[in-house]
Parts: sequence; C-alpha cells; structure tokens
Amino acid sequence: MSEETKKTKIGYYPGCAITKCSTSEEYGTSVLGVSRVIGPELVEIDDWNCCGASSGHATNHKLSTALSVRNISLAEKDGYDEVLAPCPMCSQRLIVSQDDVEKDEKLREEVEDAIEMPISNNVKVSNYLEIVKNYSMDEIAEKQKKKPEGLKVASYYGCLLVRPPKILKFDDPEDPKTMDEIVTAIGAEAVDWEFKTSCCGGGFTLSRTDVVVKLTNDILEGAADAGANAIAVACPMCHANLDMKQNNIEKETGRRFNIPIVYISELIGLALGLNPKDLGMDKHFIDTGSVINAFSNIEK
Amino acid sequence: MSKKIGVFVCHCGTNISATVDVEKVAEEAKKNNPGVSYTTTYKYMCSDPGQKLLRDKIKEEGLDGVVVAACSPKMHEHTFRNASKKAGMNPYHVEISNLREQCSWVHPDKPTGTEKSVDLVRMMTEKTRKDKSLNPIKVPVTKRALVIGGGIAGIQAALDIADAGHEVIMVEREASIGGHMAQLSETFPTLDCSQCIMTPKMVELAQNENITLYTWSEIEAVDGYLGNFDVKIRKKARSVDLDLCTGCSSCWQVCPSKKIKSEFDMGLGKRTAIYIPFPQAIPSKPVLDREHCLLFKDARKKNIPPNDSKVCRKCLDICPIAPVKAIDYTQEDEIITEKIGAIVVATGYKELDDISMYGEYGGGKYKDVITGLQFERLASASGPSEGEIQRPSDGKVPEIIVFIQCVGSRDPAKGCSYCSKTCCMYTAKHTMLYKHKVHHGHAYVFYIDIRCPGKGYEEFSLRAIEEEGATYLRGRVSRVYKKGDKLVVLGADTLTGSVVEIEADMVVLASAMKAQDDAEKFAQKLSIQYDKDKFFSEIHPKLKPVESSSAGIFLAGTCQGPKDIPETVAQAGAAASKVLALLSADELEREPVVAKVDRLPAPIFSTCIGCFYCQRVCPYGAIESEDIKARDGSTIKTVARVNEGLCQGCGLCAATCRSKSVELAGFNDEQVYAEINSVEFN
Repeated sequence: MSEETKKTKIGYYPGCAITKCSTSEEYGTSVLGVSRVIGPELVEIDDWNCCGASSGHATNHKLSTALSVRNISLAEKDGYDEVLAPCPMCSQRLIVSQDDVEKDEKLREEVEDAIEMPISNNVKVSNYLEIVKNYSMDEIAEKQKKKPEGLKVASYYGCLLVRPPKILKFDDPEDPKTMDEIVTAIGAEAVDWEFKTSCCGGGFTLSRTDVVVKLTNDILEGAADAGANAIAVACPMCHANLDMKQNNIEKETGRRFNIPIVYISELIGLALGLNPKDLGMDKHFIDTGSVINAFSNIEK
Repeated sequence: MSKKIGVFVCHCGTNISATVDVEKVAEEAKKNNPGVSYTTTYKYMCSDPGQKLLRDKIKEEGLDGVVVAACSPKMHEHTFRNASKKAGMNPYHVEISNLREQCSWVHPDKPTGTEKSVDLVRMMTEKTRKDKSLNPIKVPVTKRALVIGGGIAGIQAALDIADAGHEVIMVEREASIGGHMAQLSETFPTLDCSQCIMTPKMVELAQNENITLYTWSEIEAVDGYLGNFDVKIRKKARSVDLDLCTGCSSCWQVCPSKKIKSEFDMGLGKRTAIYIPFPQAIPSKPVLDREHCLLFKDARKKNIPPNDSKVCRKCLDICPIAPVKAIDYTQEDEIITEKIGAIVVATGYKELDDISMYGEYGGGKYKDVITGLQFERLASASGPSEGEIQRPSDGKVPEIIVFIQCVGSRDPAKGCSYCSKTCCMYTAKHTMLYKHKVHHGHAYVFYIDIRCPGKGYEEFSLRAIEEEGATYLRGRVSRVYKKGDKLVVLGADTLTGSVVEIEADMVVLASAMKAQDDAEKFAQKLSIQYDKDKFFSEIHPKLKPVESSSAGIFLAGTCQGPKDIPETVAQAGAAASKVLALLSADELEREPVVAKVDRLPAPIFSTCIGCFYCQRVCPYGAIESEDIKARDGSTIKTVARVNEGLCQGCGLCAATCRSKSVELAGFNDEQVYAEINSVEFN
C-alpha cells in the first residue's frame, strides 16, 4: 500500500446498530453511499466485533474495554491510521477505552492478554461529523447537485458525541457547531436552538418510556418552537427515540409534531443528488418526503 | 583552637520524647566528640526557664557554639539566637537540629527515631564547629511608603500610614480611586450603602497632606530593596491637566461618543469618551479615552498627530479654563521615579467576567444572564437603572430571579478549585435587595453549601431565607435555556431528590473572585511570589499573613486571595502597621545570611566567569553585574555581585554556580560537606 492511498483510506467500523440488516442500517448505507461520492474511502475493518457498549460496559469494565480495543488493534493490523465509527456509542466507547488502557498499565496488560494482540494506541478514532469536516467540506461544495429550499434544520448532537469532553475533546460540549456547519454548507438553514446536547433518554426507551417521552417531547418542542422543519442527527439511538416516540407523545400530550428525523449523512446524500431510497429514507417512521422534496436541482 | 560546643536537647513535652530517647541523644552527642563540652535535655527549651538555662550554660561553661535539638528552625531559631546574644555570644554560632518535624513527628519507631536524631545532632555539631561570626547588615530607610491600588485596601493602608505622619504615594491605574467597593450597592451583613461608607474615606485620602495621589498611573518598574526602593511610575496620558481642570463637567456633557460601555457599570451602562467613571470619583476630573474618542480614531486612521485632526474638538472648545485650556490632546505618558522605603500591594481582584465558559448557564449568550457585580450595579442608586432592578434585555422588572452560586469557584473541572468566600453572603444580600425592590418577586438560589463564617453572617443568611422568603435549593444547575422571553433553569434539588425546572426572568451568576489578569506579570515585576491561582503569596499563612516573599513589600486585600470588606480593611491595617514599624527606625538591620561572589587579589580578581546563571535563577533580582576595571579604565572582566539589600539568602545562586564562586554566609560548602561527612563515615 503506498503512502498516498494509506492516507485516504479510513477503517470503517459499523458496529451493531448501523451494519447491514440492522435497525438503523440507513445510517450506515447513507454514510457509505456519500463517501463513495465525496470520500474519504471507507474500508470495513475485517472481523470487527461489538464495541462493548450498553450491557457490556454496564456490567464488566474489562470485557467492555477488551471488546473495544480489539477493534482498534485490528484496524492497526490492517494498516489504518484512522477509524470512522459513525455510531457515537461506538466512537465514544472506542475512544474512552483507548484512554483507559493508556492510563492504566495493569488493565492494558490484561486486555492485551485477552485480545492476543498488542495495543499501540496510534489509531485515531473519529465520529462521522469529524470525518466530514476534516475531509469532505470542499468536495461537498464541488459535487453538490441539489439545493434545499426552505429547509430549516435543528442539528441535534445528543450526549455521546461531545461527552465526556475531557476525553473526547470534540467541539464545544455545551454548544457544538460542527453539524450546523455541515447543514449550512449544503444550503439549508441551521436554526439556533437550545437542545443540541440534551438527553434523548437513550437506552431507557423500553424500560422507562415515560421518561423518554418527556425528554424527546422537550427536544421536539424546542426544535419546533425554533422554527425547524427537520431534525438532523448522527446517532442511531437519538434517531430511534425521536423518530419512534412522536406517536407516544401525541397520545400523551395531544400534540402531533410530525418532524422528520434525518441522518446528517442522508442530508448530504440528498444534496449530492443520490437516490433517497438508496439512502434508506423510506425506512423512517416519520415520513421524510417533505425533506426530500425540499431539494431541487441546482441550475448551472 | 577548637570550639566548646553545648548541645541542648528539647523534649518538646512529649512531641519529641515520645519517639526519641532524648537522654540517649544527649549522651551520644558527647561520645567521641571532644568539641562537645556540655550536653543536657530539657522539657521545653523555648520556655523562659529553657532559654535561661541556655544563657546560663553559655556563660558558666564558656561555650562558643550551641546546638539546640528541637523543632524546625523556622519556629525557634530566632528565639535561641536572641538568647545566646543576650549571653554575649555571636548569635550565628547557634544551629538548630530539627528533631520534631523531621524526625519524631514522622517516625513512629523509637529506636530508629533515636538513631536518626543522634545523626542529626552530630551533623549540626559539625556545622557549628565551622560557624563564623556574622553581623547584621545595616541599611538606611527612606521614610516614605508606596501603596499600589486605590481600592478599600489601598485607601485604608494609605490613611493609616499617613495618619502616623509618614509620606505616602498612592498609584491607581484607573481614573478614580474607589475600586470594586465603590461599585457595590449595599454591603453585608448590615445593608449599609457602600458608597456612603466609602466616599468619606476617598475624600479623606484626597485631602490628606501626607498623601500624593497618582491616578491613571501604573507601576513601570521596582528596583532597589527594603528601605530603599526606586519606583518608576508611568503616568498615562490623561489628555486633561489635573491642575487646571476644575471638574466643571462641560466636556463630558458635549462629548458626542455617548455609547461606550461603562466599565464601572460592568458594561450595563454607557459613558462618553471623555468621562469620569462615576459621580463621586476622586479626582473628580475626567480622563479622555483615546481608544474611543472620535478625534483620536480619526488621527489613527489618517496616521496624523491627533492635534491635526479636525473631526471633533467639542470638549476642547467648550472647556472654560482660560487662557490655557485644561484639555490637551498632545499629552504623552510621563515616567517619574520615586524613592520609597516600603510598599503595600493592594491591587485587588477581578470578577470572573468571561462567563461564556459557562455555556450551560447561557453565560455570554443571553443578556439576562448576568454576573454578581452586574447585579450590584443594577441595584445601585447610581447604576444604569438608578437602582431599579431591570433586566438588561428589555428593561422588564424580573418577577422570578434565579441565583446560581459557585460560578467559577469550587469547580476544579474549569480550573478554579478554591472558594471565593464572599459569594454566599453577597447572594443572600442580592435576594434581599431584590425583595426590597420587587415585593411580589421571588428569588431562588442554587447552592452547594452556604458558608457564612463571620460575625452576624449566619443570621444574615437565615434572614434572607426565613424572613425575606428566598427559596434556597441545594443542588447544581445543569442547564439554562431560553423559551420565549423566559430563561428556563434546569437544576437538581438534592435534599428532596427531585429535578427542578424554573421559568425565570433573569439569572444571576455568583461569579468568582479571580486574580487580576496581569497579576503574574506584576508579581514578577515586584519579585514577589504568587500561588497557582495567581494570587500573591504571603510568607506564612498564619504567622506572616501580610508579608510578601520580598522584604519591605506587604500585601493587603484581595490581591492575596478572596476576602470581604471587613477582612480586607483589617489586613490593610495590619500591612500599614508593618510599614510603620519599618519606617520608625533610621536604619534597618537585616539578617546577614546573604550570598557573596568571591573577590580575589589581582590578576584573578574573582573566580566568577561571568556566566550569570545565578542571575537567571535568583527569584529576588539580587544579582547585579560589576565591571572590574584596570587603572586605565578599561574593563578587565565582568563578574556577578550580590546586592545585600535584596538577597534573601535562599542559596539558589550558590547551588547553581558552576565555578563555585558564590558562597552563602552561614551555609558555605565547607559547612555543608562537614554535615554530610559526619553521617557518611559512621
């Protein structure tokens, strides 16, 4: 592999939520579809496994760390300097685990023993927003085919992209801007709103529906009050809660938001003129037609 | 001739004797050590009878060297040296062997402790053997004090010194004295008006014949040493002649630049380009803000001298002083030098004003999220709303107001781990001031702890809660966001274990007291030490609370750490009394434990090679350079010289010197090696 190709190839870690045939596969599909047009080239890491999130890190720290670190070591073995984990649960787990083994010599030895591979920690783990911002902003401008009209987007980051700030060191943890920059770049209006990093209820979606309904209601209300007609996300968990709970909210409060929740990768895809179906936009609970129809060809 | 040394081992009650066999230590000190002619132990060597024992034995036994094996030399070296002086011995033949802090307090095991003590005493005995007589250094004193900073601390210190009959020079960098206290509305715990108690003192200072006041001036450089400082003061160009100006107010009434944010009103009010910061300012004469003045802006743009610009000369035109006007656009900075004997540093604090670092509270994003000092200005009769509590965004009177305590304090994650000490009290005061002005309004306070450790403070804070009806919620705020024209405050009430959501009209952050932005640079200018938070350090937190690390420079007020007004005034008085003690003598005696760069006969002159590494490590700026000249006036070599007045005897230069040319009196190489060797060969 030459230096040049090594640099532009990035290890792709899908994780369980967005890989083919999973609950949020449209996120993965659109990320890959978009990268084929504007780069960087994404190559799936061979033999990847669970990132150790959810039940993993809630019950066994060592197991969860080992699961996480194994993926990074695999990526390193394949020769990647950088790994993209589009799901923030994955990217956060991977980065925090890197930090954990960096700080704890004993844990590092135990993990190396368990995964039967050395840990070098030279691989940079990035979330999807970082990848777009660092590699593809110029390409978006170059290859953009469609422009949205009247599309007001509330960029919703959720908690995992920016927290814990000391370890992730990504954007302003209270008022992040990266997604807004991307939204603006494709010609949509990024609305200024208050709930960018509020909690969506995360994994409580089944066990404490009451809590999740309240939290998602606050977020949707905040977006609607700020004038947004779509919410952009970069997290399958956020997407699921905001997209699925709008019916429950209607039952509880009588208010029907009907705000489409779209992945930022889908928005970029639409701007690049990709087929909405190929981006997985038919797989949402709330109809995304209004977003798709907002885009029309740029006259050249 | 070998010395006759006496060894006195102290029990320190049981502090030492519980883990050290003091009798054995005394016995061993004598063994195989012909120089030691007398040893004893005593329960409390520092007591009167203990000191008498020392004096008596020096005389009776004819001792010319003494080792006191007791506590740290920081505690009682001075005591025992004084006692030996009274007995007719040169005090620098007394050495302290520290058996308490460095042995009995840290080792639980008696045999080991005893063994180590024997070693420690032997080391000091060997050092004592090589002690030389030293005599205190005498320095003359300039009987004039400098007070830097004209807030309440500086004013109090200056008045105390001036009232005792000494000259005082006060330097204040703002246009008026008064500092932060002049900005406050009322003061806790009595709710008396801050200006009412502050302005009489300001006037008193201005009228005191012993005090020379330089406002709009800064310290440029401080040279010299205790009793003999040379201070360079930069009098910044004011564009107004203070001798001619009568403060008639014509100029600032006609000034067309009326929308400059007033620093005194914490940005909530507006001022003109030529202005006095507040009505009671002293001197009550304006300063021209050249950054915002139209004339100076134009001159800068066209790159011409300000006097050539014709854009606006309204202030000059209206100035009624004749024949020479009081306004002078050509004025330049002037640097003057003053001889000073002692310095009081009272440079104060800065409120944490970059509240945008608290994005979760909407700091810097929402106009109605303000700081504590901004609230003071809102509540003050001389403030931008003339004392009516109005929120900055639309002037509406807030009906629900939320106070968040510990913003920038007790928050290690944001780099401020200390408690600002005053915020609990001023927040309680704010809730009361608010309630007194907006009767139907409601105040909420989010707190971590309520800290009220002053006279009448606890009662004051309870009054805010019980009588004035403020709702205190123990917990942190997680987020403040805007909803319509309200600010929604999300927080935790940890006492009921519930989440609280308050729709407020205004949020007040109890911002921390921080060190001044340039504190670090300023401390370096004065060669005084500062702590991790950039507050200036006292030498000893309990016993020398107003002395800085440089002799003759004292600290007063919040430049040393957060404190409230009573404490600031007390500390300023203490600093003044230290200055007065210094100025009361014609000559000062200084410890002779200072460094010296060797001088030898020609043709060597000195072994110093002139690398000046010593100069780079000296924290006190005490290393000077000296040219050794031949008869024809040509320079033979340049070597280092220690200014005895500045040297504090820390020994860094001696340790750094590569050619072993620097010697610290009382700690020369011979002595230190003697100490080390006495351990190694046993």
